[in-house]
Amino acid sequence: MKKFTPVAAIKTFATKQSIQVSEKTIAKSKNASNFLTDLADVFLFIKMIVRETFTRNFELKEFLRQCFQIGYKSLPLISITGIIMGLVLTIQSRPVLADFGAISMLPSMISLSLIREMGPVITALICAGKIGSGMGAELGSMKVTEQIDAMEVSSANPVKFLLVTRVLAVTLMVPLLTIYADALGILGSWVGTNIKGDVTFTLFFAQALAPVEFVDLIPATVKTFFFGAVIGFVGCYKGYNAGSGTQGVGNAANSAVVLASLLIFIVDMIAVQITDIIIS
Amino acid sequence: MNQTLPTTVTDNKPLEGKAVIEINNVKKSFGKQEILKDISLQLITGENLIVLGKSGSGKSVLIKCLVGLLTVDSGSITILDNEITTSNRKELNKLREKIGFLFQSGALYDSMTVKQNIEFPLRRIKKGLSEKEIAEKVNEVLEHVDLVSSLHKMPSELSGGMRKRISLARTIAVDPMIMLYDEPTTGLDPITSDEISTLILNVQKEYKTSSIIITHDMKCAKKTADRILMLKDGLIYKEGTIDEFENSTDPYIKSFTM
Repeated sequence: MKKFTPVAAIKTFATKQSIQVSEKTIAKSKNASNFLTDLADVFLFIKMIVRETFTRNFELKEFLRQCFQIGYKSLPLISITGIIMGLVLTIQSRPVLADFGAISMLPSMISLSLIREMGPVITALICAGKIGSGMGAELGSMKVTEQIDAMEVSSANPVKFLLVTRVLAVTLMVPLLTIYADALGILGSWVGTNIKGDVTFTLFFAQALAPVEFVDLIPATVKTFFFGAVIGFVGCYKGYNAGSGTQGVGNAANSAVVLASLLIFIVDMIAVQITDIIIS
Repeated sequence: MNQTLPTTVTDNKPLEGKAVIEINNVKKSFGKQEILKDISLQLITGENLIVLGKSGSGKSVLIKCLVGLLTVDSGSITILDNEITTSNRKELNKLREKIGFLFQSGALYDSMTVKQNIEFPLRRIKKGLSEKEIAEKVNEVLEHVDLVSSLHKMPSELSGGMRKRISLARTIAVDPMIMLYDEPTTGLDPITSDEISTLILNVQKEYKTSSIIITHDMKCAKKTADRILMLKDGLIYKEGTIDEFENSTDPYIKSFTM
């Protein structure tokens, strides 16, 4: 199949239509065409993974191994982040609420903040840093050292074995890690409250969870699946298309984190808007 | 197009003297750079064909085209009576089951142990094997490369020569009919290089393989070659036996054989 090159297409079109297009204009159009070509590549890549997800011979063992690597091995980092998140939020919010005489609202405010926004976004960003970069670097180095080619010539399907398993594992693990981080965040908040007060664990949890409804839980959980998918697709895309040499691997890992983090905020913004429209 | 594989593939017994690989007028470019300009060659059943050439002459590109890792711009490649330039993925995978490819870097999977590395193609290609048969096969190929003790080691714990030998064991585990070696002795010391060359000969003898060996190591070529083909600037520069190459007065050939 002949590769489509937008710049050549512009030149051909201009020649056919007898339009004068300067070299400067063509050079400027190169950036735009490169962007569009990259975008098309991304969509084709996602399409390839989605198609392979629903074909036979699912690599269950590798999927479970990835779930372990991504989920279980992220627990220490997510635990520390979750507790600190709740603790700091409580210590920072307490004086403001005390000024308004609304200190009794502290547990519910913290739990809603954590469940609706802070928990999902911070957990996803942590995962983008840890898992996204890991995927970019691992797949990138596999490509550079011909391991992906070796899989291909072994009649194995590297897309199914390497990419489908990773994308599915991270899509499933990020929501679970978020729920875990939320729970630890509330625990951290209880610790923070008890630095200057004396509230029992059961009373704090009862107050924290009292205002939480399904309308808070469902959209927040649904968006974490999208965060996970974003991390998986970006990490795999950058790693699978890494340039040659160690620099290529480094760039793949770095750009996977940057792009995934950016896309998490964009997806979050869209999710919040959609949730707002549905609820109101 | 649903091509059925001919008996040569399923029977695992190619005819004596028959070409198992036939390449005709293959051209391959990357951008404006022409790597293979017009390559035609044949690999005859049971022979070791050495492809010599300096770095960048297109040797690795040529064997990557043979297994469909790269697509040719024009020309035809027939392997075991199957035209691979027009084959779909399923047909290509069926054919790849009969081809062993030893990568220059070894290409062992870093996240798997030696045992898992050898089992990986075995479980996918020889699907009917029981766990016991798989374990026996893994042991057999490791004995062949004299590395049974490395069964549970990770690739990072192995030396360069050991990685090459494990990679060779992984390749021969699926009983290939054709072996493609991409610079098998590059980066190894003379003793290990000689061991690898001996292993190549053993594989040819015991597994009845036909091989293309890409190299610029004349010692390896001398030891393993039945026929030598030299590439220069994307074209075949000379074809002949090791004696013809060694007795050649051509300065370019002499620069290799000296």
